Amino acid sequence: MTNTPVSYPPEFARQLLRDMLRIRRLEERAAELYGEAKIRGFLHLYIGEEAVAVGVLHALNADDAVVATYREHGHALLCGVPMGAIMAEMYGKQEGCSRGRGGSMHLFDAGTRFFGGNAIVAGGIPLAVGLALAERMQGGRRVTACFFGEGALAEGAAAEALNLAALWQLPVLFCCENNYYAMGTALARSQAQTDLCAKVQAFKVPARSVDGMDVVAVHEATRAAVEAVRASGGPQFLEFRTYRFRAHSMFDPELYRDKAEVEAWKTRGPIHTYSARLKAQELLDEAGFLALEAEAVAEVEAAVAFAEAGTLEPVETLMNDVYTPEPQP
Amino acid sequence: MSRITYREALRQGLREALARDPRVFLMGEDVGRYGGTFAVSKGLLDEFGEQRIRDTPLSELGFVAAGVGAALGGMRPIVEVMTVNFSLLALDPLMNTAAALRHMSGGQFSVPLVVRMTTGAGRQLAAQHSHSLEGWFAHIPGLKILAPATLEDARGMLWPALQDPDLVLLFEQGALYNQEGELDESEVVDIRSARVRREGRDLTLIAYGGTLGKALAAAEQLAGEGVSAEVIDLRVLRPLDDATLMASVRKTRRALVVDEGWRSGSLAAEIIARIVEQAFYDLDAPPARVCSAEVPMPYAKHLEDAALPQVPAIVAAAKGLLGLA
Repeated sequence: MTNTPVSYPPEFARQLLRDMLRIRRLEERAAELYGEAKIRGFLHLYIGEEAVAVGVLHALNADDAVVATYREHGHALLCGVPMGAIMAEMYGKQEGCSRGRGGSMHLFDAGTRFFGGNAIVAGGIPLAVGLALAERMQGGRRVTACFFGEGALAEGAAAEALNLAALWQLPVLFCCENNYYAMGTALARSQAQTDLCAKVQAFKVPARSVDGMDVVAVHEATRAAVEAVRASGGPQFLEFRTYRFRAHSMFDPELYRDKAEVEAWKTRGPIHTYSARLKAQELLDEAGFLALEAEAVAEVEAAVAFAEAGTLEPVETLMNDVYTPEPQP
Repeated sequence: MSRITYREALRQGLREALARDPRVFLMGEDVGRYGGTFAVSKGLLDEFGEQRIRDTPLSELGFVAAGVGAALGGMRPIVEVMTVNFSLLALDPLMNTAAALRHMSGGQFSVPLVVRMTTGAGRQLAAQHSHSLEGWFAHIPGLKILAPATLEDARGMLWPALQDPDLVLLFEQGALYNQEGELDESEVVDIRSARVRREGRDLTLIAYGGTLGKALAAAEQLAGEGVSAEVIDLRVLRPLDDATLMASVRKTRRALVVDEGWRSGSLAAEIIARIVEQAFYDLDAPPARVCSAEVPMPYAKHLEDAALPQVPAIVAAAKGLLGLA
């Protein structure tokens, strides 16, 4: 659990904390900007779950493919999408990573092989299987990592995709972010089999459950799983047990869960527990922590300034890219 | 010229595409060992092997979405869905993902995927294997919809569809698989235009896929009664080739759409709306249509026949447009 020693080189150990802070501060600022009506639509915050994206994505190679959900600001950021492009996207500006067409739920970046930003629950899972199929058929070694929540495992798409990945032995890393609630419906109220690993093992996909509040545990488990995918060519499944500290979206009054439960999970918050461990192991001191904080805040403010200064796509190009433009002779 | 069936023409198209581009592969239910539900892919497994002729589980949602992913990953997949009715299980990847992806990603991701499926009635397969939903798909921006009605198109539309950078849905008319004829090897097939299949002066019959043969038969019968009908084969249901349609309608001044889809909210309705919008003052009569009866397709032969557009109804509607009823 959270007592596993941090045995990383100091710089990398701090990098994990830095990235969790970057996501946290980005999203806290996004929530404020939502209140100011700078950001509209649906905004789903990842606050509380940062250890998962950070731990997983630091275990992947830069050219591995990533398919994510609509709660994906952190995943996009860790894949290398500049924070300014993420913020500008939420502002609906054409400097955004999807030119302002996607918004918070549809961040995309071809350059870093970040395949969204998928807002149909489980829709990204068979898509990831297809990306892995293409990789296999072209003789590549790249892995496709696919993020989804535990709610997605109630969808037919998940069952079909798990079967296909196992049947064809495709190089997919299934990353289940189990935050225990599908919007407002608790796992036990929506799935008869609440042991997610058992469910997935029935499809003959090797599965393991991991403490998703512990960035080190996430990172170690993912490294092992990615190695197994690359070695065997077949899929692996990781269940990350985590918790969403904020509401499902900005429209959620949170009628479905106890405040005490939320508070209990907050004591296991991934950022403060990890920074405490770094300090205890003398990998970080308070000044170092404050420096990381300041760095994150500065990056967020620069991103906000970038988004504020961004421009709106002219209405004249509204119809562009419904279809791929024909090459000009 | 060689004598060939629609099924064999489709198979030739598949074989040529597989031979031409190593990124092309075929996947779907029973496309391999079984030889294809309608025997279109018979023999291809032996020729191209299991990697490129992939039998899938019964998972339309899963394997269509995997086709989208494989296309994004650099391949040129051809996904076969057994019938258009089954494609309803795969609407999510087709509509929410593939059709939207390029636009919602700000132009970053195209989906070069071809999905083939059987459509249409006429084989007594009843209400879950017989519908014509291609017009319904034609509602969706981001999709391109093809309906080969001739041997040349059955063979020739697949390759340009694979060359297209976006998702193309290719609807094969089930009742045509056994249709036999002479294949004109010299015909150049595009996937952008409607074609005039028979020239005429007095009215324009607009048809596609399974209704093209019926429209041509009606035109032949009308000719015997002194009426000269032009017959247009839409071929491409989205985007529609308005120019070819309007040129014909402006010439004949009368239009009759023959569509195996249901009437309400149909492709026929869209075509008539366009004719009214673009050629209203050239018309000598209100545009008309012959569509399927608005019922789930029944099994019994006489009921199925009664539900579908048939030659006598087309002839009668045509004569009605000319005041000859």
